[in-house]
Amino acid sequence: MRFASRRGGLQTAHRFKRAVCKPPLLGLLAALCVVRASTSLAEPILVGSKKFTESYVLAEIAQRAMENAGIPTEHRQGMGGTIILWEALRTNQIGFYPEYTGTIGEEILKESPTASTTVIREELAKFGVGITEELGFNNTYALVMRRGAAGRLQINKISDLRNHPELKFGLTHEFLIRQAGWRPLAEKYQLPTNNVSGIDHGLGYAALRNGSIDVKDAYSTDAKIAENDLLVLEDDLRFFPQYKAVFLYRLALPSKAIEVLHGLEGTLDEKRMIRLNAEAERTKNYARAADLYFQGDGAPPRATHTGETLTHKLIRWTSRHLELAGISLLLSVIVGIPLGVAASRGGALGQAILAVTGAVQTIPSLALLALLVPVPFFGISPRTAIAALFLYGLLPIVRNTATGLQDIAPPIRESAIALGLEPSARLWKIYLPIASRTILGGIKTSAVINIGTATLAALIGAGGLGEPILSGLNLNDHATILQGAIPAAILALLVQWSFDLLDRLLIPKGLRL
Amino acid sequence: MHSLVKLIGVSKKYGAAAALHPSDLAIERGQTTVLIGPSGCGKSTLLRLIIGLLEPDAGTMQFDGAPMTPAHFAQLRRRIGYVIQDGGLFPHLTARKNVLLMAAHLKRPPSEMNSRLAELCTLTRFPETALDRYPLELSGGQRQRISLMRALALSPELLLLDEPLGALDPLVRAALQKDLKEIFARLKQTAVLVTHDLAEAAYLGHEIVLMSEGRIVQIGTLEELRTNPASAFVTEFINAQRGLTVL
Repeated sequence: MRFASRRGGLQTAHRFKRAVCKPPLLGLLAALCVVRASTSLAEPILVGSKKFTESYVLAEIAQRAMENAGIPTEHRQGMGGTIILWEALRTNQIGFYPEYTGTIGEEILKESPTASTTVIREELAKFGVGITEELGFNNTYALVMRRGAAGRLQINKISDLRNHPELKFGLTHEFLIRQAGWRPLAEKYQLPTNNVSGIDHGLGYAALRNGSIDVKDAYSTDAKIAENDLLVLEDDLRFFPQYKAVFLYRLALPSKAIEVLHGLEGTLDEKRMIRLNAEAERTKNYARAADLYFQGDGAPPRATHTGETLTHKLIRWTSRHLELAGISLLLSVIVGIPLGVAASRGGALGQAILAVTGAVQTIPSLALLALLVPVPFFGISPRTAIAALFLYGLLPIVRNTATGLQDIAPPIRESAIALGLEPSARLWKIYLPIASRTILGGIKTSAVINIGTATLAALIGAGGLGEPILSGLNLNDHATILQGAIPAAILALLVQWSFDLLDRLLIPKGLRL
Repeated sequence: MHSLVKLIGVSKKYGAAAALHPSDLAIERGQTTVLIGPSGCGKSTLLRLIIGLLEPDAGTMQFDGAPMTPAHFAQLRRRIGYVIQDGGLFPHLTARKNVLLMAAHLKRPPSEMNSRLAELCTLTRFPETALDRYPLELSGGQRQRISLMRALALSPELLLLDEPLGALDPLVRAALQKDLKEIFARLKQTAVLVTHDLAEAAYLGHEIVLMSEGRIVQIGTLEELRTNPASAFVTEFINAQRGLTVL
């Protein structure tokens, strides 16, 4: 299992030790995903970024600066959001990532938005986390509208929105729930709240352009603001706190690496950042934007991912996707069928098994990932994605196994008992073969769902076809989205067909008459 | 020689309802004992107690002088054959595999199994060419013949049949009754047969056990039941069936 080896060797040993004390389910997973101990000192430092352009670009810049200083790094780009990155940093799964002062204060430390830098620094140190000075720009939240529409309605300030309950708000999910987000904003400005819906950041710009929504939240350094000729509404009541970009890093990083991060302080003003963001979105290439940052320093442009052809990328994404979906499905089968057998016997245990596997289905994937990332052994590795997919894959298999067994007619059960077969022989020779069609149906459902859900791996930087989908959503680039979506759909069909073939091999002929 | 099976004071309740009041019964070797009575009289319950699908609430049961308890049933069941109304054949196995399932499970030599299979086909008049069909590809009568072959495969000392012919049409039924009688006679088979058909009982049984509402009312031949009824119910039961059958 290749991916298990990428993490730091020193951490791996103690993480593995702790992982084996987990409940049997996780223990099994641990045993299957055997950790390959690697003790190389040149283990790259992992860099995280959030899933929006600026965060990618900042991480690329830092990565490049590290490499220029001879420090190997690896970029896990576009991870789910603040909680995933913070948990990954707190539990020493990544070395550093770009963050914003406002977010640190409200979302991470739950301090008041006005907390001083000293307070923040002391609080972070308790987690073994350090913080650089500001990189130089403030990327605060803002509300934006189409310039033409705003002009017609004579809206310039956020308080002007108060008199227009007909306007449709399309806000990002993070903005809707964050502490200094929509609810207190609407309260402070007394804005109408009946016309609000949640939408992805990248898609929101498209929705704004085609008139599906009228107002959206934006980051003040978004290149799309200028590109789409949008008006940033004045925050006339001074609601939004400052979101100054900084890097958060593990205090235990080599001092040379910390120096490099501090070297980036004060080098990016707002104009420059907007230009880099625009470059990234224009070229669909974050490394290119990072090149632009270093061009003043005369550093030669780097050719890493830029050289990879689409075919190669498709193969890399698809094989990782199949690896994620395949391993998790195998685990779901190995664990799900015995659980289904237990559940088929009914009683409190059976009810509990069905209830728990059912409840797992209702956990949103981002939340499940956020729960798993801080757990030692899982972290931001593909193992976390596999664990999540495995949990999602259980229900169809457990339920179909239980139903298939329960549906076996009493005369058949009694005949098997009366013949003198012992319980295990009854299960293996009679009951499971008779239930095989239903059980395979459950496995098939799991497999197809898994192919679709495996895109969630990209939320924790674990690759797969979710990578182009997320990055395409982020850049609002349909071609990139389709590079992930079309192969995923084809895979789902292929899986469906191959299982139909498998039916003929595995379901006894006597049941197919 | 003592009886093959002995039930002493055996009773069974489903919840609060008594399915079988404390009853005594002896199954004699080489004979066919027929359990008969109206629906719900406890005849199937009695049979299911003997094969261990049910556990008695009270009383003792003996097989060949040894106690019949849950711990013994695992081994005991291999000495007892069991045939039910709809055959209970395993749909995923061919007729051949259904018959030989237990023999193969006990790792009997293939040559022994094949000769036993040929014997059983002759005995039950089942065409050997149909042995590779699946249960769904067989007629109702053929299915019951396979079910009988499966029950007889290990040459059981006791054969239990729970309304084995109940779901068959009259012609097939008559043919199978005749065959069963011949098979039992040839094998000197100890058998217990449950039926609600008095004609079948009289034709196949050496001894008739008439049951009503969870109690054994009378044990004897049809002639004894007719001439010397233990209660008014016995006469009533016989008379109710007389019009329908040629006795």
